[in-house]
Amino acid sequence: MESNVLLEVKDLKVEYHTDETVVHAVNGVSLTLREGETLGLVGETGAGKTTIARTILGILPKPQGHVTQGEIIFEGRNLLELSEKEMRKIRGGKIAMIFQDPMTALNPIERVGDQITEAIRLHNKISHAEAVLRSMDMLEMVGIPKERYPEFPHQFSGGMKQRVVIAMALACNPKLLLADEPTTALDVTIQAQVLALMRDLTKRLGTSVILITHDLGVVASTCQSVAVAYAGEIVEYGTVYHIFNNPLHPYTKGLFDSLPDLDVSKKRLKPIRGMMPDPTNLPEGCTFCERCDYAMEICARKKPAVYEPEQGHTVRCFLAERRVTDGAFAGSAASEKVL
Amino acid sequence: MKSKKRSRLGETWHRLKKNKAAVIGLVVVIIVLLVAIFAPLLAPYPYDQQDLSNVYAKPSREHLLGTDKFGRDNLSRLIWGSRNSLIMGLGCVALGTLFGITVGSIAGYFGGRVDIVIMRIMDVFSCVPMLLMCVVIAAILGPSIQNAILAIAISTTPSCARLIRANILTVRDKEFVEAAKAIDAKSPHIILRHILPNAIAPTIVATTMNIGNSIISGATLSFIGLGAQPPLAEWGAMLSEGRNYMRQHMELVLYPGICIMITVLAFNLLGDGLRDALDPRLKN
Amino acid sequence: MGYERLTRYIIRRLLWMIPVVLGVTFIVMLLLELTPGDPARQLLGHFATEEQIEQAREEMGLNRPLITRYFDYLYGVTKGDLGVSYFTKGNVWDDIMVRFPYTLLIVTISMFIAICTGIPIGVYAATHQYTWKDNASIVASLFCVSMPNFWFALILVNIFAIKLGWVPSLGVETWKGWILPSVALSIGYSATLARQTRSSMLEQIRQDYVTTARAKGQTERVVIYKHALKNALIPIITIVGSVFGASLGGAVIAETIFAIPGLGSYTLSALTSRDYPVVQGSVLYFAVMYSVILLLVDIVYSMVDPRIRSQFVGTKKRSKKEKKQRSEVLSQ
Repeated sequence: MESNVLLEVKDLKVEYHTDETVVHAVNGVSLTLREGETLGLVGETGAGKTTIARTILGILPKPQGHVTQGEIIFEGRNLLELSEKEMRKIRGGKIAMIFQDPMTALNPIERVGDQITEAIRLHNKISHAEAVLRSMDMLEMVGIPKERYPEFPHQFSGGMKQRVVIAMALACNPKLLLADEPTTALDVTIQAQVLALMRDLTKRLGTSVILITHDLGVVASTCQSVAVAYAGEIVEYGTVYHIFNNPLHPYTKGLFDSLPDLDVSKKRLKPIRGMMPDPTNLPEGCTFCERCDYAMEICARKKPAVYEPEQGHTVRCFLAERRVTDGAFAGSAASEKVL
Repeated sequence: MKSKKRSRLGETWHRLKKNKAAVIGLVVVIIVLLVAIFAPLLAPYPYDQQDLSNVYAKPSREHLLGTDKFGRDNLSRLIWGSRNSLIMGLGCVALGTLFGITVGSIAGYFGGRVDIVIMRIMDVFSCVPMLLMCVVIAAILGPSIQNAILAIAISTTPSCARLIRANILTVRDKEFVEAAKAIDAKSPHIILRHILPNAIAPTIVATTMNIGNSIISGATLSFIGLGAQPPLAEWGAMLSEGRNYMRQHMELVLYPGICIMITVLAFNLLGDGLRDALDPRLKN
Repeated sequence: MGYERLTRYIIRRLLWMIPVVLGVTFIVMLLLELTPGDPARQLLGHFATEEQIEQAREEMGLNRPLITRYFDYLYGVTKGDLGVSYFTKGNVWDDIMVRFPYTLLIVTISMFIAICTGIPIGVYAATHQYTWKDNASIVASLFCVSMPNFWFALILVNIFAIKLGWVPSLGVETWKGWILPSVALSIGYSATLARQTRSSMLEQIRQDYVTTARAKGQTERVVIYKHALKNALIPIITIVGSVFGASLGGAVIAETIFAIPGLGSYTLSALTSRDYPVVQGSVLYFAVMYSVILLLVDIVYSMVDPRIRSQFVGTKKRSKKEKKQRSEVLSQ
């Protein structure tokens, strides 16, 4: 049974204007998210993932951030056309976001429980006492005893703080949760716990999630679909099986190849050579061209369009267009291992 | 892709150039410095040449800014005054920074008992409000420019020493100092080659800001009779003289005050600009 | 309840304060000793004979060694006796008590003005960053800080007292006489507070928790004034303390210009006439006041910031049940 489409991002372009230059952070991104689905947004730092999330929520830094093109359709409405007042109703209520660093995400001089209560009262017309009770329920739901309501953030560890942040985000039962690298700043053992918590809660509440991460392992264990971001574009997009079984874009393949493999003994790791292009000075053709081992002459000249080799699997690559029929790219050893 | 290779100094200079206010500050500072240095050549009259037949003259061709109550040329006194005011400002800062760096370095580097004793002595000097400390020391030593400079320097030493000490403490325990010790470098060598260069940037900013404050402190001391003594021309002392005749001749109060303000503002703009240029992260 | 640690901290600070503050008197005495200028000579005037001066010196105890004099003085201080003025022969402590309220009043009024103007301007500048209003306020603050406040005082006197005649130019017999000195004294500190508040606010506004608050759907007004401002004001408390202390020094000049019979002008005239006991007593008093203000500021700061407060307040004893719960929670 196909569930409904919750969020559609159409050809989004976002720029940052600084004193000196224009940073092209997002260059024509399109995404679709269904109800209850978890989408992994993967890519290196600077690929534009956070910008996409912030644009959806409407919290781009003013005055530098500008949306120059595109639509974001959420529950039938274009979020980019809503007034600030209408967006405020959606923020925290229908769409929530959690950020990377739990150490600084909470107000240090406000009680932890009160911060959750604030979120609840912003979107529900209930009394303070009633909201406090609901906050305590949320705390219990994320595994924190409700007696800790009146404590301050500095009295919690990193993992516990992130749980509070999750409680705060899910307190109003949002339809969409934007999670920007929620576990990157945590210890590996705590990471697993927090991820499990997120998976569990979002499944229970039926929340759709866009999970931003650079960790393919997290994607494999938590997401149903994957979007690979590079230099402000989505270079490959599909279900987790598509991406892991049949990665088509050289960048995606490179990401898998650079994962260290416990089973095979190798002398050196195989990173992707080079660096992401300067976002103030993007190249004319394919953005990955300079680092690509398979670059062809056309790659430097023209931008590849979105190509859909399989149902639900899209890629922006001239090579993929030409060779997918040959099956030359089918399955890289690393990606099979991860699954 | 163009990549300019600039040294750290070059980078700083480049950023500074872009800050218009800082550039204005720098230009004004240079002008004032030049005026002070070339005062004997620029001033049309000596600062103490009286002309009792021509007191309180209006601005004219011979006296572009008029004369004061002794018939001395105002413009010349202002020009000569720049010298004394700058000597006070720069002297205090130079001396104070020297004291501060010495004391702070010793305390910071050697730590332990030395550190505690030195910092307690610094506490004694800073538990009295700074201006009061200046006044007390200057008054006791006797009214003169040199004593005023010494007094102000002494009262700014504790804050400078603390700054240096804090910088040294953060740098001292870093690994590259341990590495230097491992190859058996001597203590003063370590302080000079490794620790001080890292502490330089915030010190430069603080010092430039201090010049402005020191000029004002020097003018303040002169104003209450403790710094430059008559007939020396110094902007603060000129304000003191002009004060008694404020009703009829306000310009004698305005001119020196404006000079002080422009000079101090220039130093402050420069200091702000230097801070932003040396570490752009601090800006926003 | 749980204030033992705080009390111990306060007592420790006060104990530390004593040697430091007394150290000031030693330095003053030392300086007075080392520099030329004989109070007896000053007192008796130009025409006194050497014998008269010598006799006066004996009477004043000036021929005893420094150490003896110093410990005598300390002993006196512990009994609350700060000595007797060489010139007025009045009790130094009594004189200080009469004069200090004037100083306290002018400092308090100008601090009040500085806080009420400086902090709002700083907040305004921070919330209007990148606009001309921010730049204008930065420039205005720089102007105010670059201006010697005694010059500003003279200009104010010229305009408001001489030309307009709204307020007296000297003295504080009427309430109007307090206006100009307070405003003149406050200008520099107001600008300093504005600059510091602005940068503290800017620092807070770019913090993650502010973005979190916005992401919750909170209005911008509440985000700025409830979340960011409250955090930004905490370090400003410390700044207010040091500005308060600095204005104690600035009061010396203001009192001189406006002929206010406060402790500052008293100290200054005692310095010029080499009235040792008065100088020592006043300096000691200023030092104590300054240190107490700094201590109060530190206490307020630690009470207001929950991160620091929890180090000072709170019971160590926890019930068994609480301990069990805590260990469960912490092992997660």
